[in-house]
Amino acid sequence: MRRTGYIWKRSVFAVVTIFAAVSFNFVLFRVLPGSAITRISRVPNASPSMKKALAEQFGLDKSMWDQYWLYLKNLFTGNWGISYSNRQPVIENLAVAFGNTLPVVSIGTIVAIILGILVGVHSAVRRGTFADHFSTNLAVLFYAFPTQFLGMMLLIFFAGVLPAAGTHDPFAFNQTPWESFLDYSKHMILPVLTLVLTLYAENALIVRSSMLETLGEDYILTARAKGLSRRKIIRDYAMRNALLPIVTMVALALGAIVSGAILIEVIFSWPGIGRALYDAVLQRDYPMLQGGFLIITVVVVLLNYLADLAYYKLDPRVVD
Amino acid sequence: MTEGQIRQSKVDPSSRGGWWTVLNVLRQPTAAIGFGILAFFTVISLLSPWIKPYSTHLASCAVFEPPSASHWFGCDDGGIDVLSLTLEGGLISMYVGFTAATITILIGATIGIVSGYFGGWIDTVLMRITDYFLVVPQLVLMIVVAAVWGPSLEHVILVIGLLLWTYTARIVRAQVKSLRERVFIRRAISIGSGHLRIIWRHILPQIGPLLVASTVLAITVAVFNETALAFLGLSDPTAITWGTIMEHAFQRAAVSTGSWWAIVPAGLAVAILIMGCYMLGRSIEDALNPRLRVSYLSPYSWQLRTLVGRGKGAL
Repeated sequence: MRRTGYIWKRSVFAVVTIFAAVSFNFVLFRVLPGSAITRISRVPNASPSMKKALAEQFGLDKSMWDQYWLYLKNLFTGNWGISYSNRQPVIENLAVAFGNTLPVVSIGTIVAIILGILVGVHSAVRRGTFADHFSTNLAVLFYAFPTQFLGMMLLIFFAGVLPAAGTHDPFAFNQTPWESFLDYSKHMILPVLTLVLTLYAENALIVRSSMLETLGEDYILTARAKGLSRRKIIRDYAMRNALLPIVTMVALALGAIVSGAILIEVIFSWPGIGRALYDAVLQRDYPMLQGGFLIITVVVVLLNYLADLAYYKLDPRVVD
Repeated sequence: MTEGQIRQSKVDPSSRGGWWTVLNVLRQPTAAIGFGILAFFTVISLLSPWIKPYSTHLASCAVFEPPSASHWFGCDDGGIDVLSLTLEGGLISMYVGFTAATITILIGATIGIVSGYFGGWIDTVLMRITDYFLVVPQLVLMIVVAAVWGPSLEHVILVIGLLLWTYTARIVRAQVKSLRERVFIRRAISIGSGHLRIIWRHILPQIGPLLVASTVLAITVAVFNETALAFLGLSDPTAITWGTIMEHAFQRAAVSTGSWWAIVPAGLAVAILIMGCYMLGRSIEDALNPRLRVSYLSPYSWQLRTLVGRGKGAL
């Protein structure tokens, strides 16, 4: 009973959050001070007849509620507007960008989690030693570095060794799919490395403290009394419980991952969602900005929801 | 002095020690270093108009001149001394950080106190709103709001302040909820004190030290976000901050010319300031409440305190 109650509550929250984000998106771009028509037309001194035509074209002559209804309808039918800058449907632009963001962010996050676990567990079992202090302080330092600073340092350091911008070598023609894949992967190294460096630190520190607490539990003492090897205690007894917070950690880090990805895509000219958002800001391309905000929010909320469910599956005590 | 306060000092000595704990924390090396960094940066920034060696508007050397005896940190793309830029940038960056953190704390504390003190449906509604802001990717929201509002320093401060209060609200709420059940609050209620008076006289002084820790931690996030927004061109383009220094260097080919000195001073300054604030804020927070387990739900969710000597956590 409580089980379904919990899942039900999280589901409702996810739906409400997405709905709130969708509505916020509407309000932000339409109800804020300044005429929506002048903003959308980007022509401050347009003639009255032109303004009227524009208002009709965008449905701005209707009441606010009708506009909201139209907006929702368009959203669900995939009609997210046309980008001002390249005259393509926003949703197609975003789909391409999303395809480029996905590999960088997922590989970066997974590597950061694995690295975080390794570093965190190692410094926890060596608590108080030089190795522990060194890796913990290094982690705090990497947490403190601004993402764009790390990215630029890597760019300068690897200048000429690794490609610095874009997804493909602009001078390579007639690449076979395999060559194209290799080229793409090579261009991905620096963005992924930057993301890993900015993310691993937080993971390592959380794993370390969680591991330290687990190592003080009674069942660890029991395991030692039974004469189990140190390796077995750490791997099969302590780590299994200490790694629970990882799920929450990933969910909470989503915001940091997204902001890291935006800065990284700008630095390395990686044509992903973050870069699309940045270009939309520079070119005052409101439909793109709106669409980008919406898609990032929805993805993050859904991933959070999945993390909640996963945590519940792993540790049903969470309902209490 | 109300009856509640007199009883409190006798019944519960620990609850009086909040401010004392904050001062005591400075004996720990981590906190002392953090405080030292924060104090040093504040003093240097305030003095920057007098101690910066060159003007930040006039060229004083060659374009991208490497560091030398006369220009310790070299020069940027316009031949402007990077040391002077970093000093002046610190003033505005820290101004943005401090004011945004103050807004954060004001909103967070208000929501946390109201939510924890009144409970019931008010608590539910406020906490759902908090959950919403916790889940929505904040930098993206900041970019959208800042882009719609237009680039300016005030907007950056407001946007950061208005979106970062969730952590403070949660931690204050947890604290107020437990305070509300304490004897001295119940007594104050029973002798007829009004809600405002109880909050002002009894609850605020108790959570004061916690707010100090929260403020110091909020500065780290505010400064970090300022550099991110500035890097995306959403800050005032004419203002000199650590964020805009890095942005200008990036936009004007500091990377392709290998002029690391145009980026490193500002980047390191941000990193050191964030480290200092983090070390100080974290130490105060840990000292105030060693069992503060809300941390698993917060953005600053690791604990660095050692567990040696404490019953449960010690090996």
